[in-house]
Amino acid sequence: MAIRISEPFTKDKFADLKAGDSVLITGTVYTARDAAHKRITEAIARGEEPPFPIQDSIIYYVGPTPPKPGRPIGSAGPTTSYRMDAYAPTLLDLGEVAMIGKGQRSEEVMQAVTRNGAVYLAAIGGAAALMARCVKSAEVIAYDDLGAEAVRKLYVEDLPVVVVLDPVGGNLYVEGREEYLNSIK
Amino acid sequence: MREISVKAIEDSIAKMCIDANHYLDEDLKNCMAQHLAEEPSLVGRQMLESIQENIAIAEEGIFPLCQDTGMACVFLEIGQDVHLIDGNLEDAINEGVRRGYGDGYLRKSIVRDPLDRVNTGDNTPAYIHYEIVPGDKVTITVAPKGFGSENMSKIKMLPPAAGENGVKDFVVEVAEMAGANPCPPIVVGVGIGGTFDKAALMAKKALLKPLDKPNESPYYDAMEKELLDRINALGIGPQGFGGKTTALAVNIITAPTHIAGLPVAVNVNCHVSRHKTVVL
Repeated sequence: MAIRISEPFTKDKFADLKAGDSVLITGTVYTARDAAHKRITEAIARGEEPPFPIQDSIIYYVGPTPPKPGRPIGSAGPTTSYRMDAYAPTLLDLGEVAMIGKGQRSEEVMQAVTRNGAVYLAAIGGAAALMARCVKSAEVIAYDDLGAEAVRKLYVEDLPVVVVLDPVGGNLYVEGREEYLNSIK
Repeated sequence: MREISVKAIEDSIAKMCIDANHYLDEDLKNCMAQHLAEEPSLVGRQMLESIQENIAIAEEGIFPLCQDTGMACVFLEIGQDVHLIDGNLEDAINEGVRRGYGDGYLRKSIVRDPLDRVNTGDNTPAYIHYEIVPGDKVTITVAPKGFGSENMSKIKMLPPAAGENGVKDFVVEVAEMAGANPCPPIVVGVGIGGTFDKAALMAKKALLKPLDKPNESPYYDAMEKELLDRINALGIGPQGFGGKTTALAVNIITAPTHIAGLPVAVNVNCHVSRHKTVVL
């Protein structure tokens, strides 16, 4: 059974999640890929306001396809997360509660997740049409010149994700593989 | 000498860019269904079912299969008895890509320079490979390639002494290192022999081969099966959550090489292994 989590995304709602849990997210999430992460962290370093409040935010690593007329968004699956590894610890230390992406993370990101009681969630890579249906509204709020990589404010309903890194150090990519290999011994 | 208009090539490419991003071929869908039936892991089966659901939604023609609608890789086999008319071929190919990615609401993912990284805004230029072949036809293949999987690809110049085992260990190592990153289950294209660049090209072309036909060589057919078994014993599974189906297929292409060399290239593709072909 999937666990439903709705905004506001305060950390207490994520504290009991375990690696491998299925979660349905409802509320506002912000999109950013590496180009946007670079600009956001540079803005923060200069003492400027980031384009959205980082505290209690969920950042979805996605660069969607253009919306067809009458649709809020095009296909919207996760991009590979390690490209954000250089920037993610800064945002986690500023209160980002969850990252949505796919693929392995660095040791520095894993430490920042447990240090801050945050989570790393995986969306289904390559199932972008399925996830597009969960996006009810989308609006570019910063870095429009980046095109698909601009920062968008999305409202999602029941966006399906799986917990990869939980707040106490669980890692689905390690545990899931071990569990499967043990099960076929 | 048969005349073919480059406008016909442009039109075909525009259509194939859109079609490839919405409709997967039957061989891949059958391969996916077969792996789903044999997947012991519950979460693995759930992920494969979600991927099948995604394929069905994309077939409605509204949402592309993946948000990474890829770099347009275009392969042309041009018969030596063909005369191309009505303009410059390369311009026509790029115009086809420009139209397909525009009209199809596909993502524009190409930057003009690898370091200054300014988006060209229309997904051009395409990656183009030409081959002159006998006959009076033009065969065009469009393969939009996502870079989550492209980034996990590797090449190695092995010493000949590494032999068969060295080749096989390298292919399995690439799949294991890639882990969850390239959106498993993956399709693995392997190029063995040739030169440094030829090996990479063969690996990419291996991704275009049908998944339901045995390799022409019984020796390499057995190697493909062994490599698939070894990769699917790693336990990475669909999306890297644990399971059997880490790869859907392994395809190998080989070429003669130098007495001093054993190049091996591994081009990784995700489960959205897209390509369309027409013959003009």
